[in-house]
This record gives sequence, C-alpha cells and structure tokens, in this order.
Amino acid sequence: MKIAITSTGNSPDATLDSRFGRCSYFVIYDTESGSTEFIPNPNKQAMEGAGPASIQLVASKGVEKVVSGEFGAKVKAIFDSLKIQLIIVNDGTMTINKIIEMISKK
Amino acid sequence: MARPKKLRKITNPPKIKGFSPIRPFQGNGSSPVLLDYDEFEALRLSDYELKSQSEAAVEMGISRPTFARIYESARRKVGKSFVEGSPILFQGGPVYFTSEWYSCKDCGCWFNHLNKEDPVIVCPLCRSANTGQSEAIEETNK
Repeated sequence: MKIAITSTGNSPDATLDSRFGRCSYFVIYDTESGSTEFIPNPNKQAMEGAGPASIQLVASKGVEKVVSGEFGAKVKAIFDSLKIQLIIVNDGTMTINKIIEMISKK
Repeated sequence: MARPKKLRKITNPPKIKGFSPIRPFQGNGSSPVLLDYDEFEALRLSDYELKSQSEAAVEMGISRPTFARIYESARRKVGKSFVEGSPILFQGGPVYFTSEWYSCKDCGCWFNHLNKEDPVIVCPLCRSANTGQSEAIEETNK
C-alpha cells in the first residue's frame, strides 16, 4: 500500500507540512517495499486550484492514504469520492521518519 | 469551581478561518475578535438556516437557554468587530464535530473512516484502537 505524506523538505528528517495543496514536497511511501519517493510539489506557488491539482498528483501514484496537517473542504470531498483515507496530524514538529515508523508498525 | 461546559455538537468547522476588515481603521492595531465554533454554529443555525432557537438547540445538543446565551455572545462579538473594525477569527470552543472525522486518543491525530461497514476503528497511524468520534476538539492558539 502506498501512502502520501506532505513534507517541508527533501529528506526524511524534514517535518510534516501542515498544508496539503501547497506543501513543499510529497513523500510517497510504499509499505511493502519500504521505499520512499520525494516529489517536489509543482502547485506550491499556484494562485488557485492547488488542492485539486495536488490530489491528481498523489492519486496518479496510487496512494490509499494521505497524511497532512490540514485538508480544505474541497479537497476532502474529492478524496472521499476517490476512496482515499485522510489522516490529519496536528503535531507540526513530527518528522517524516517518525510518521513512516508509526505507520509501518504492526 | 464552575461546572465544565457541555460539549456542543457542530456539523463542520467553518470553511474559512475568519474575516478581516477592508481598509482597516488606522492607528491602534485592533486585536481580533475570537468567535468560538459554537458561536459560529449558533449564528449559522439561527441566521442562515433560519431555525428557531429550540430547533437549533436540539441540533447542537444543548438546552434552549444555553443556545440563547451562545447566540447572544456571538451577536455581540460580531457587533463589536463591525463597530471597532477588528478582524474576526473562528477558533476553539467546547465543541465536537459530527462529520465523519475520528480522533485517536493515543497519537492525537484525526482521520476519516471510509469503509462504514467495518465497525472496528483502528487508528491508521499508530494502530491504536483507542479512538472515538465524539472527542472534544480543543483548538489552541498557535
């Protein structure tokens, strides 16, 4: 299963980005192979439509769960229709490593 | 010690975070008026959905006098903001959401639950079964 996490930086030590549509990087984590892929968000500076454009990006990677700090109302409705689970982490100091560690723990 | 406030039921948090005045009054930087989510919901039910106070109170799971008190407080805050030209921020309040968000009591995250037929709800992040839907969501000032 693949999971998308919004990140502020290009490394596993970076913290979670609290925004979804305009986060700096998306981390695509594969629970089976344990691989991570960092994708710079092309919609970071977008004036509008960053949410839906970002959804398209992560959905095209085949993720089943998305971890971020916040989701807009528009974004949530689209994710619901795509059957992708949303996870909101309120702690903005959490690193990508920590989230991966938590999520892969059985 | 005062009795703790009963949690107010809110369908969804407001779509925006607040309002700021156009061409604000120069001079003292007016501090924002903090409108609690329960006050926002009271305004929404009374003045947008045009429900009676009794109906609105049932919807929020509180008594009618309590609803009236929240609604009055909301109106006063809006009035204060309009007259003094201060921004309004929506935040906090003793509320819980009835939308399909769940919260995990162990790691503190929120998540939604897509497969409604699956009754056992486990936190997708830390696998804790210690989750609940009517968890109070206390927003803190950031």
